[in-house]
Parts: sequence; C-alpha cells; structure tokens
Amino acid sequence: MADTFEKVKEIIIDQLGVEEDQVTLNSSFVDDLGADSLDIVELVMALEEEFDMQIPDEEAEKIRTVGDAVKYINDHQ
Amino acid sequence: MVLGGKVALVTGSSRGIGRAVAVALAKAGADVVVNYAGREDAARQTAGMINEAGRKALVIKADVADAGQVKEMVDRTIKEFGRLDILVNNAGITRDNLIMRMKDDEWDAVLDTNLKGAFNCCRAAARPMLKARGGRIINISSVVGLSGNPGQANYSAAKAGLIGMTRTLAGELGSRNITVNAIAPGFITTDMTEELPAEVKKRLEERIPLGRLGAPEEIAAVVAFLCGPSAGYITGQVIAVDGGMTSVMK
Repeated sequence: MADTFEKVKEIIIDQLGVEEDQVTLNSSFVDDLGADSLDIVELVMALEEEFDMQIPDEEAEKIRTVGDAVKYINDHQ
Repeated sequence: MVLGGKVALVTGSSRGIGRAVAVALAKAGADVVVNYAGREDAARQTAGMINEAGRKALVIKADVADAGQVKEMVDRTIKEFGRLDILVNNAGITRDNLIMRMKDDEWDAVLDTNLKGAFNCCRAAARPMLKARGGRIINISSVVGLSGNPGQANYSAAKAGLIGMTRTLAGELGSRNITVNAIAPGFITTDMTEELPAEVKKRLEERIPLGRLGAPEEIAAVVAFLCGPSAGYITGQVIAVDGGMTSVMK
C-alpha cells in the first residue's frame, strides 16, 4: 500500500503540478488538486502505464480521491 | 526550417492532396509517415520525394477505418521517430450515387474511411500529443461539407462531420496546446476529380471565381502554414481553399 501510494503520488505531482504535501490519501483530484476532466484522463493513462494495467472507463469514473486510485491499483495487481 | 525536428503523419499520402501535403511538410523540415491503403508503389514515390527534400520517410500501410491498424501505425511512429507532432487526416474515398440508388455499403465505406478514419487517428494521436503538451491536427474536409453536392450524400455528410469533430476537439485539446483545424478544399486536380466528365469539369470551372481547379500544392501550403509556429493561435477553424466558390453565388 505504502509503496503504491508513493508511486501514485509521484505521478500526480508530475501530472497535476501540485506540491507533495497536498497529496494525501484523502485528497480529491477535482476539489483538492484542481484537476479538470482531461487531467483525469491523462492521470488514468499514466497510472495504466506505470502499473501496466487497463482501467476500464466505468471504473475510472469511480476514482475520485488519491486513496481510490491506490486501492484500485492494489486490488487489481 | 519552421518544422525542423517535428514528425508528421499524413493519412492517404500516396497520391493527390495527401502526397502534396507530405512533401510540403518535409520541405518545411518535418520527418513524415506516409500512410496508404492500396497503392504501395505510389506511397514509395511520395517517400522518395520526402527523402529528396532531405527528410526521413516511413511508409506504413494501414486502413484508417480499422482502429487496431491505426493504433499500430501510431505506435510504430513513436517507436521509429520518438514523437508525433502533426496529424493530417486526409485519407478519403468517394462512392457517388443519388440517394435513392445509394447502397448501404456505399454509405458505410465513405463514412468509415472519411469520418471514422479521422476519429480513429485523432484518438490514437491525441495520446502522444497530450503527453508532449502540444500538437497540430489538420482535418481535410471539403467544400461539399459546407454546402452539399447532389450525388454525394455520403461524402458531404462525412466531410461536414469532420468539421463538427474539428471544432469539438479544438475545445477538448486546447488546454494542452493542441490546435485542431479543418481545410475545405474546393475542386482540386487529383485522381479523384480526374474521374469527372469533361463537361462537368467545365461547368465547375464556371462556378469558381478564379476560373480554374486548384492544385494539390495550394492545399498543402495552407496545411504547412497551420502546422507552423505562425499559426499557433488558430484553432477550431475551417478554412476554405476553393478559388472563392463557396463565397459567391454563381
């Protein structure tokens, strides 16, 4: 879990241009990290590449917080 | 070299407008992927012209209507050239018929290649462009997408559809510095218009204020401009390059 979070955090910082301390498991991509819809698409693409997985659209829509992303990745690895 | 270091993919560039576009982009400094569906010999000729301009060419056979083949083509482009900066959706076919006689497969073939093909390419190319935070997409529409043309319900619907897609993608991708524009060529001397009877061509010329058909290079020059740094603030536009024919009633 901690390992996944660190990797996910790195990608989020890179993609969204946010500060490290803004990214917690509870941060919402849209409300806390200022992501727009295209940011989310790009973030999902980057996560798919990093973790070598396919995240279906209907699952991607449910990923709203950093914790959701980490949980999804851990559950599907 | 305004396009030095850039990589362009031009669909349907074995002949006609596509070939002229591929060569113009190469002359402006871009390496070019020459996509074709059927005529390999002609595609190789286009590649030769790109090489003569001092640029690299990669010839790829792919049916743009097939999303899988398009994805493979874009993946290969990235593998060989490391980037994709410019996409020109030019591949197009005609299956003319009056609506009462138009067969399902004539409608489907034209929509699949001319509209869905461009969609497939935009979707696949958007990925590397988003990552690179920049890119240029040019869709080759047509004046018949602006005004309609008896006998071409399928072709004009596809070309009008391209205009809608162009404007939408300009909105979706603008925040990532990707511009999306369409060009609406009038009647241009290519194999496609060569098929028209002499009498039809003569009547067409009478409707064109400049009094002649256009040359493929006259379309290519506008594409090259839209791909260059001077056109960085132009997006979501449709530029008719038609000798004035859609501007006047004649």
